[in-house]
Amino acid sequence: MGSFRRDKDEEEDGPTNAYQNLEKTSVLQETRTFNETPVNARKCIHILTKILYLINQGEVLVAREATDCFFAMTKLFQSKDVVLRRMVYLGIKELSSIAEDVIIVTSSLTKDMTGKEDLYRAAAIRALCSITDHTMLQAVERYMKQCIVDKNAAVSCAALVSSLRLASTAGDVVKRWANEAQEAMNSDNIMVQYHALGLLYHIRKSDRLAVSKLVNKLTRGSLKSPYAVCMLIRIACKLIEEEDVPAEELADSPLYSFIESCLRHKSEMVIYEAAHAIVNLKNTNPRMLSPAFSILQLFCGSPKATLRFAAVRTLNKVAMTHPAAVTTCNLDLEGLITDSNRSVATLAITTLLKTGAESSVERLMKQISTFVAEISDEFKVVVVQAICALCAKYPRKHTVLMNFLSGMLREEGGLEYKTSIVDTIITIIEENVDAKESGLSHLCEFIEDCEHVSLAVRILHLLGKEGPFAATPSKYIRFIYNRVILESPIVRAAAVTALAQFGASCPALLANILVLLGRCQMDPDDEVRDRATYYLCILNSAKPELYKNYIIERENCSLALLEKALSDHLNGDLESHFDISIVPKAAIVKPEINNDVMMVTSAPRAPKITREEESAARLAQLPGIQVLGPIHRSTSPIQLTESETEYTVQCIKHIFAQHVVFQFDCLNTLSDQFLENVRVDLTLPEGYTARAVIPCPKLPYNELQTTFVIVEFPPDASSSIATFGATLRFVVKDCDPNTGEPDSEEGYDDEYMLEDLEITVADQIQKTKKNNFQVAWDAADSEEWLQAEDTFVLSAVSNLQDAVNTIIKILGLGAANLSEKVPEGTHLHTVLCSGAFRGGVEVLVRAKLALSEGVTLNLTVRSTDQDVAELITAAIG
Amino acid sequence: MGGVLSYFRGLLGSREMRILILGLDGAGKTTILYRLQVGEVVTTIPTIGFNVEQVTYKNLKFQVWDLGGQTSIRPYWRCYYSNTDAIIYVVDSADRDRIGISKDELLYMLREEELAGAILVVLANKQDMDGCMTVAEVHHALGLENLKNRTFQIFKTSATKGEGLDQAMDWLSNTLQSRK
Repeated sequence: MGSFRRDKDEEEDGPTNAYQNLEKTSVLQETRTFNETPVNARKCIHILTKILYLINQGEVLVAREATDCFFAMTKLFQSKDVVLRRMVYLGIKELSSIAEDVIIVTSSLTKDMTGKEDLYRAAAIRALCSITDHTMLQAVERYMKQCIVDKNAAVSCAALVSSLRLASTAGDVVKRWANEAQEAMNSDNIMVQYHALGLLYHIRKSDRLAVSKLVNKLTRGSLKSPYAVCMLIRIACKLIEEEDVPAEELADSPLYSFIESCLRHKSEMVIYEAAHAIVNLKNTNPRMLSPAFSILQLFCGSPKATLRFAAVRTLNKVAMTHPAAVTTCNLDLEGLITDSNRSVATLAITTLLKTGAESSVERLMKQISTFVAEISDEFKVVVVQAICALCAKYPRKHTVLMNFLSGMLREEGGLEYKTSIVDTIITIIEENVDAKESGLSHLCEFIEDCEHVSLAVRILHLLGKEGPFAATPSKYIRFIYNRVILESPIVRAAAVTALAQFGASCPALLANILVLLGRCQMDPDDEVRDRATYYLCILNSAKPELYKNYIIERENCSLALLEKALSDHLNGDLESHFDISIVPKAAIVKPEINNDVMMVTSAPRAPKITREEESAARLAQLPGIQVLGPIHRSTSPIQLTESETEYTVQCIKHIFAQHVVFQFDCLNTLSDQFLENVRVDLTLPEGYTARAVIPCPKLPYNELQTTFVIVEFPPDASSSIATFGATLRFVVKDCDPNTGEPDSEEGYDDEYMLEDLEITVADQIQKTKKNNFQVAWDAADSEEWLQAEDTFVLSAVSNLQDAVNTIIKILGLGAANLSEKVPEGTHLHTVLCSGAFRGGVEVLVRAKLALSEGVTLNLTVRSTDQDVAELITAAIG
Repeated sequence: MGGVLSYFRGLLGSREMRILILGLDGAGKTTILYRLQVGEVVTTIPTIGFNVEQVTYKNLKFQVWDLGGQTSIRPYWRCYYSNTDAIIYVVDSADRDRIGISKDELLYMLREEELAGAILVVLANKQDMDGCMTVAEVHHALGLENLKNRTFQIFKTSATKGEGLDQAMDWLSNTLQSRK
């Protein structure tokens, strides 16, 4: 009766989701059914579906529950029902990461993957790989190899893709399957060929020579699968980019000829991939680009929406790098403005915005505003980016664009969308002085009704930095103080900080600010009260130098290192005071752009850390490293050998106040050699003193190991610029390539010449970013600061942008106020940049450039150390 | 009447009997399973987990679970005890060193409540090997004389040669049928 009633209810409600009101505990209870014999397949399939549904809805099973459920599920292997078995595979895959002892189904799955039932085999392989770890893999290795070369395409594909997944955890085992993958490459099936190439490339990708061999062989045209050809194009591109072939030579390169020939392939997918690859190459010339752009142009007029979308999306992406070439497609893009597919239309319009003439901006903006409400956030972001590019190009149009942006800001939208708008407005404010006031007031309006805490905090920070220097600072106070009254603790705290900025920078407002901060001391939240008290105390002191150091320019410590230093301190004797100056300042970390298109990585991104934080952890293991003090900066790695030699060595220089630690990462690429006592011998230039050499005791084949050399800088900074000769020394023992064990105890000494190493000025300077360079520069015009000035003629460069890039590169300084970008068509430019020399010596540089015959440079350096100032001027000459 | 009923049940195959094959690693469990199922010697690798097969012997259907015998897998045996009609316990008669461990595992298993009603067949396997223990020796070494309240029988077998398995299965099917 009960069940009858339920049926009736369902009828009345219309079709409902049968799985909507599942409860975890009751579903887990039902898994008892799995233990019954004979197995009721229909019932069990239904229960398994419920479990999968729950897991996919985000329901969390604890290890105990998952393990019970998993073991109950293993009983279902007795059933011969094909559908049920395949459901069991899915269950195994879902539970494999949560349940314990999942290896219990290894034998059953191995049997299914090698058995006669084709419907089982591919799925069994995938399930097996999800429960297998490194040690178990060796037991089933033989079967995996067989499956890779299996005649059945689905089985072969499943084995190849699973191998690729396993490669991340058991790379060395999977490496042994290269021959099978090679054989699978000859398959007639397009997917098998594609996956085989993927696996083969993954196995070899660390070996440049092997990859180029593979590519050279395949480009001679044995691939049938268009997917594999696309993959090959990507690999070829990667090789070209890595070799950094200049444009003139590129045209003759076999890799490029291959990509070029793919433009005439019979598959549209391959043609598109080739065109996409060419327009994205770093070094190209117009002659190489034109056929690729013709293809994209052709695709813009295709009746297939996917092709139109692909083409216009690619054009959009490269609009800023190849504006001239994209302009040739303008007519086709105009035709797409009214495309029924909104995504295509959006991309077409935004591409035109990026490349179009100033006069067409208003027309296009009007066009886009007719349907901006209809498109998804993702494409709205594209629109915003196009506007951002426009602002940089046509600064005079900022009022139109800013109004449009503020309109968009007021509409509904997700965090990402809003963030991109705010980013754009902030960029406009920074680049265009005229737009500052209106931009800030738009942002003020926005935070009056902003649900995103992170954005509110950013805008408050910006108001604190920029507001005090606006024409009427007082008008911002109301907006900021409203936040203190209305918002959550995080926003309130940010608002308090912003208020304090006004107090420190605008003496006229100080009295009012003190009153407001006084009220903030009543706040219910600790952080807000603490900040208010802190700022009140400093502002009441009436000492401008305190304002500067503790309110206006608070340099941020690197948080990871601060945490480490604090925990070290807590573990110490606690007698001494904690010294914050030993914690290195945070460098500005640029978001890493992952360009690796070859692999789909599902692993979570590692949190962003600077090189210094990374090396600090590494160096901390060296004995006696503490005496060197905090690390100042780590350079990016430099190759000291050609990439395809017997031994490869790369060097990272860790700069400390008085010392430099050379870190040599060595790789032995000879499988029949085992190296011991590996160290690098440096020929020291005058003034440098060797302090320690930390050899690497053992260097087996294909394992990256590290040796260190610690050297002390000369006492005077001027002789710190030097070149070091370097030789790798080691003891060689012959060994069996298969086991890696040395044949005998006997070894002989050998050495290997490395390329010379240099220490430059840039190595010793850590970039800093001054938000208000002018204030810092003026403040540095005092007694304790020293100044050096010189004028040069730079003959090697022909335009201002190149000159600016060279100066910044040589000095390793961080530019302020976006002064590293030279506006087009100007003959005069000033670069402002700042940094910290090792030992914490601050450096401010103003470089005035003039374009005449070559570039004339007037360089003024202000620093607290005379030597350093002179060193920097000398570095340019 | 009951005899007639069971006769028909036997004829129609009725409910599958659930049998576990247990024993230390390398005793020959998987070889026995496939010898029973397909009548051939198959090449096996150490079983990580279990194999489950349907075996038909003289019109009787058995569902046979062969559980891996490695030390790491033995703890999971218990997950498969419920509803078991019979246990085939395989001993490597040539492995004198580990017969003690085999005995411990056997006794430990027989203490399980869930197996209280299960019939036990002990197979003294690998009788073809030189210097192996005789049935009597295995019987003694496992302490089978002390077994109370348990229907059991011991057989000498050689799975690779196919000897002795038929006698064991005959006894097992007769005993299972007569119990109903």
